[in-house]
Amino acid sequence: MKKQWLATPYVIWMVIFIVVPMVLVLFFSLVDQTGEGYRLTADNFRRFVDPIYINVLLRSVVLAVISTVICLLAGYPLAMILASKEYSRKRILYMLIVLPMWMNFLLRTYAWMTLLERKGVINSILALLNLPQVDILYTNQAVILGMVYNFLPFMILPIYSVLSKIDPNIIEAAQDLGGNNFIVFKRVIFPLSLPGVVSGITMVFMPAVTTFVISKLLGGGQFILIGNLIEQQFLSSNEWGFGSALSVIMMLLILLSMGVMSRYEQEDGGGALW
Amino acid sequence: MVMRFLKKTYVFLIFAFLYAPILVLIIFSFNESKSRGNWGGFTLKWYMELFKDKQIMSALYYTLLIAVLSSVIATVIGLIASLGIFNLKKVPQTIVLNVNYIPILNPDIVTGISLMVLYIFMNMRLGFLTLLLSHITFNIPYVILSILPKLKQMNKHLYEAAMDLGATPIEAFFKVILPEIMPGVITGFLLAFTLSLDDFVISFFTTGSGVSNLSIVIYGMARRGISPKINALSTLMFVSVLMLLIIVNLRMTKDPERREKSEASKESGRYVADTGHDI
Repeated sequence: MKKQWLATPYVIWMVIFIVVPMVLVLFFSLVDQTGEGYRLTADNFRRFVDPIYINVLLRSVVLAVISTVICLLAGYPLAMILASKEYSRKRILYMLIVLPMWMNFLLRTYAWMTLLERKGVINSILALLNLPQVDILYTNQAVILGMVYNFLPFMILPIYSVLSKIDPNIIEAAQDLGGNNFIVFKRVIFPLSLPGVVSGITMVFMPAVTTFVISKLLGGGQFILIGNLIEQQFLSSNEWGFGSALSVIMMLLILLSMGVMSRYEQEDGGGALW
Repeated sequence: MVMRFLKKTYVFLIFAFLYAPILVLIIFSFNESKSRGNWGGFTLKWYMELFKDKQIMSALYYTLLIAVLSSVIATVIGLIASLGIFNLKKVPQTIVLNVNYIPILNPDIVTGISLMVLYIFMNMRLGFLTLLLSHITFNIPYVILSILPKLKQMNKHLYEAAMDLGATPIEAFFKVILPEIMPGVITGFLLAFTLSLDDFVISFFTTGSGVSNLSIVIYGMARRGISPKINALSTLMFVSVLMLLIIVNLRMTKDPERREKSEASKESGRYVADTGHDI
């Protein structure tokens, strides 16, 4: 069957709604709109090279990296427990991991404000137990907590799906050959689970580094991330040029990290396009 | 024994962390006092008032309408496009698929902003139409990525066999190809529906003139305090999803034949996980 023309409508759609918008953003990042016409300039990018903005970028990356590491450290053991066959209720547990994602994420993040407030739920419980109070709302810790909370399932699910496909005979063979639990994990299980780890890291780091909502709610506005900066340029200060330049920088950052990650991804067929 | 106890404790702690905010939301939907954090006694009044609140009801209406329209349209366009892309030669196919990946890989904020720039550049008024177009745009790639693998798995000669047996191309498509790739189509549709339902970032930048979905209303409220009516609404939504999952689950465990299908749905878990891009 030769029905290539069926792709044409979508190709047109892609050009209008995917390619042209990208080109427009690139265009606005490279021009100056003063006076009548447009003038080619690198001012928007030059403006970014300022300690204030570099710090914003650094802060975004650092917070995202910390959140990703915490997600990995907390999520990997859980994925392992879920994948181990002794756990009979894994289907239900699997669903329980997906289920929270069905509740609006803004609302779940907002609920953390109720939990973390100075006189909030957590502190009330701590006070009952005569424990010291925590006061982290509107700090970096709260932002990290929000990121870990929102993205932890994206770390657990891919790792779980890879781990549950590992042939148990391989692990048994490793044990028969005299490997203790730690060695079997280090030399067999972990290397085999790497594709899951890589997609988990990607799926946590990407949204974490670009978020502007979590930082706005839990960081209380004073902890600006690159996402917040972009939003500001377009919605409050109306500086499209600078906003577009920041978007281009963000895309480059994402492409760069995808490139780094894909070097660790095994050739597994399928989506190895990028 | 100790190990088992440790494992159970660990699983419990993680789930406590995941469910604490949800529990808080549900509990405070029954709270008499309007301010968050203050418990003023049990009430059901927010569940009554919810349905009288014009802002919330209109947001719910737009959320559902956009989700239904965008997922249906995206599924149709995506299905047609998949058939075409599947038959493309290698080089054009790679190009199309790579462009198709852009909305998935791009940070949502960049997708949202680039679409907003496009609409403003074309002098389109931000509102229902632009919101719908944006949702269709970010939904189609997921539909295509769910359908294409099914097309690849399908026996190449099925279509020719149907034609040899006298079917018209249309008949061959509806009676032979479509049933073959139906699981992919359904996965794509559900994925699109969920993504649209839950989207905030892209909607936030591409809507206007009073058209808001639930996420936007919630975001607007977050600063001055979210009305317990929203808690009531999301409790209702959460409970319905939970019921649905339990029903599906019960039907699957009863019927061994469906088990295999549930394995397939596990595969789609990876796609479901992709929902995370919208934060």
